[in-house]
Amino acid sequence: MARMFGILIVAIAVTFGLNWLLDSFVDDYVVRIINLCGISIILAVSLNVINGLCGQFSLGHAGFMAIGAYVSAYFTTTLRYFDEAQAKYVAIEPVFAGQWGFVPALLAGGLAAAAAGAVVGIPTLRLKGDYLAIATLGFGEIVTIMITNFEKVGGANGLPGLPAYSNTFWIYSFVVLVVMLSWALQRSTFGRALIAIRENELAAEVMGIPASRLKVTAFIYGAFFAGVAGGLLGHLLQTISPATFNFMKSIEVVVMLVLGGLGSMTGAIVGAIVLTVLPEALRDVESSVGLPGIRMVVYALVLILLMIFRPQGVFGQKELSLKLLRRLMPGSKDKEGEA
Amino acid sequence: MPEPVGSGILFGAPVLPLLDSGVTFEAILQQVANGIAKGSVYALIAVGYTMVYGVLQLINFAHGEVYMLGAYASYYPAKWLGYMPDAGEKPKVPLVLIAGLFVASMAFCATLGMLIERLAYRPLRNSSRLAALITAIGVSLLLQNGGQMLFGADPKGFPRFMDQESVSLGPVALANTKIVIIAVTAVMMTGLHLFVQKTKPGAAMRACSYDMRTARLMGINVDRTIALTFATGSIMASVGGVLVAMDQPRLTPLMGLLMGLKAFVAAVLGGIGSIPGAVLGGLTLGVAESVVGTWSTTYSEAVAFVILILVLLVKPSGLLGKSGREKV
Amino acid sequence: MSALLETSDLTIRFGGLTAVDSFNLAISEGELFGLIGPNGAGKTTVFNMLTGVYLPTEGAVHFDGNLINGKNPVQVARLGISRTFQNIRLFDELSVLENAMTGAHQHSKINLFDSLLRTPRHYREEKRQRDRAYELLEFMGLEDRAGLPAKQLPYGHRRKLEIARALATEPKLICLDEPAAGMNSGEKVELSQLIRKIRDELEITVLVIEHDMKLVMDICEKIQVLDYGKTIALGTPSEIQNDKQVIEAYLGGE
Repeated sequence: MARMFGILIVAIAVTFGLNWLLDSFVDDYVVRIINLCGISIILAVSLNVINGLCGQFSLGHAGFMAIGAYVSAYFTTTLRYFDEAQAKYVAIEPVFAGQWGFVPALLAGGLAAAAAGAVVGIPTLRLKGDYLAIATLGFGEIVTIMITNFEKVGGANGLPGLPAYSNTFWIYSFVVLVVMLSWALQRSTFGRALIAIRENELAAEVMGIPASRLKVTAFIYGAFFAGVAGGLLGHLLQTISPATFNFMKSIEVVVMLVLGGLGSMTGAIVGAIVLTVLPEALRDVESSVGLPGIRMVVYALVLILLMIFRPQGVFGQKELSLKLLRRLMPGSKDKEGEA
Repeated sequence: MPEPVGSGILFGAPVLPLLDSGVTFEAILQQVANGIAKGSVYALIAVGYTMVYGVLQLINFAHGEVYMLGAYASYYPAKWLGYMPDAGEKPKVPLVLIAGLFVASMAFCATLGMLIERLAYRPLRNSSRLAALITAIGVSLLLQNGGQMLFGADPKGFPRFMDQESVSLGPVALANTKIVIIAVTAVMMTGLHLFVQKTKPGAAMRACSYDMRTARLMGINVDRTIALTFATGSIMASVGGVLVAMDQPRLTPLMGLLMGLKAFVAAVLGGIGSIPGAVLGGLTLGVAESVVGTWSTTYSEAVAFVILILVLLVKPSGLLGKSGREKV
Repeated sequence: MSALLETSDLTIRFGGLTAVDSFNLAISEGELFGLIGPNGAGKTTVFNMLTGVYLPTEGAVHFDGNLINGKNPVQVARLGISRTFQNIRLFDELSVLENAMTGAHQHSKINLFDSLLRTPRHYREEKRQRDRAYELLEFMGLEDRAGLPAKQLPYGHRRKLEIARALATEPKLICLDEPAAGMNSGEKVELSQLIRKIRDELEITVLVIEHDMKLVMDICEKIQVLDYGKTIALGTPSEIQNDKQVIEAYLGGE
């Protein structure tokens, strides 16, 4: 435990240094992409716990992001809307003003998303395979429709004016946290139980593993970090709208996982980085070739070809096993000498 | 358009004002009629989902895009023939040409459906269902974005085949285009029913959907039957595409996304794998959406997904589906 | 001697088909009990009812003083019944050792935060599970395959691993569903010895479904014969071997 906190503190100090370095010496555009990569990593690693480890195919991650983004924005942003009762425009001052209000706001967003995860997860996780996928997709759509109908946060037009609190330090502090916790989860009796549920749910239950409860737990865990990531994204983009968190966003995160290899956390990280950087790189190609839209076409083709020729993703379920990386990670000592 | 905002429970979230006194019984009846037209289109698309799912246990995510391309496949010939809308002018398209446009769209989509199956799904027939599902999502993205590249993202106006006019039917009035939708759907569904129940290829489809391995042993050409299933489903969707284009002449490459999702919900509601179920599910969903739309148009968009989640929780086998049991 | 497991008039119907009809079974603690019958006699269905996978239409199952029909598989496992499957259901992507460790999960007393924050309790639990799993792999003769992914195990070893995993749940009763299926004669001999050892050394009551008559007659002390969902005979191996109805069920109905 001491070791875990030690690593966490060192890692956060490093992100603090990194933040300063990037701010001082690196182009803003590049910093922005690095920050987006961090948010993608949080999303992919958290979804990997649900879809990869536990094998419950969710297509609702964007719904949890939306909840996290809007709830955290609710606490940090001045809301301006037309009040029908008073028949005039009103403004509500933020509950948590200032940079230090950011963390409580993010946590509130994460907790709201986690609560939604419980509400959605408890009934729907009885469903299997594509039925679960489609039910979670339906949940995500409902969330965006609810927000569209919610005038206080701007409805369909979106909510502008979020303070620019997200920076490399905050984003990567949460990256470190989610990666460490997920790694610890994966390498524990709970991680093995989740994998057992994925591999054969009936056999897991017959072994006394409470599958329903663990599935909901995994769902809540994933939803919490999706909510935090949503909050971070909101305070990076500074304007959020229901369209930011549509069905395509969920698909994007799934594709990150699939590219890296469903079930592999390091794969999820690599997938998240590649699929955040690649579209940006393709954007340049797009403008030079003069074919707008080719970016997404390439993206789709890559996905299809990947499924046909390497459905297990680039890493399969293996972890990227650099010796150094492994020694740095907590819990490495409970890893037996595997072939 | 501002939505009615209720008193609010959570951060002032709007509550659906369920008992709005301004809504009359006639208005609801009118919405039911509109809903049947809307639901007919869902049904046309839903049968494609249900047939493919019945045979391959695959949610063919790209099916909504087939519907979209069906609309475009009649738009371009119509444009080429010079039948573009002219304000104020009486439409003068001969009936035979309208039929021709339908046939062109059907032929195009049948080919497209079989092509998708051959290139993207067949190589994955023995891999995990997850891989197939993700591929289907990939094909859907490809067609959407390919469509955006080819056609541009801006909406296209469709030629007017007939002057829109309201026809009075007892207590309700329905646009003539909507009546055409309902009539054509009825004809197509009857045709599909006869094809599946009375012909040899139809019997092969039913056999594959019942038990593919046994069907193969019985000498049925499974590959050809699957291709035929995709072709048939795509034809039904293309008809839906042309009908919608006639009714609401606004084509966009993304028009298939939400339509496809909702049609899938209709298929689940009716009981996935069941063709009559898809029709029933489509009509139910269309009517439910229209009736809720009397109060709030944005909430009517949520109806499909609420129905979806309720069905999955209460009776995953749908209205007319059979439930299966896992073999232990 | 009171029975550890007792069923009374256990019946299950699937639609119109009565798969198991008024099934009565009584197994005493420490017994090595065989349940046999021709294909489709309903043996696996009985297992599924005993372990909470299927809910019986009628009748009751009592185990160790508890009424267990209506309980789900997790609750049944916690009361002390474990099982293997006719169609092996291992966790393929986990290693052999990890497969056995999953059996020990239900006895862990730590919560998620212990693992997430790596408290000393977490490390103690990991050690407990690993030690127990390793002992059982040794017991089943699989210790030198501990690090291998389960999917790479040869067939006979897969069956043994399933037994090791079931034993890791520390059951009072273990139900083996055709443990010898697909094994060669050498492996079958070894398996017979192992099953006896489970009862003698680990003091676990054993209920076994098996097709291989020789193996059943060899190891079981009491045998019950099921045909078309009904019990047609109950007795010692020699009694069963000479039972007219049993011979008819196996050789007759052709």
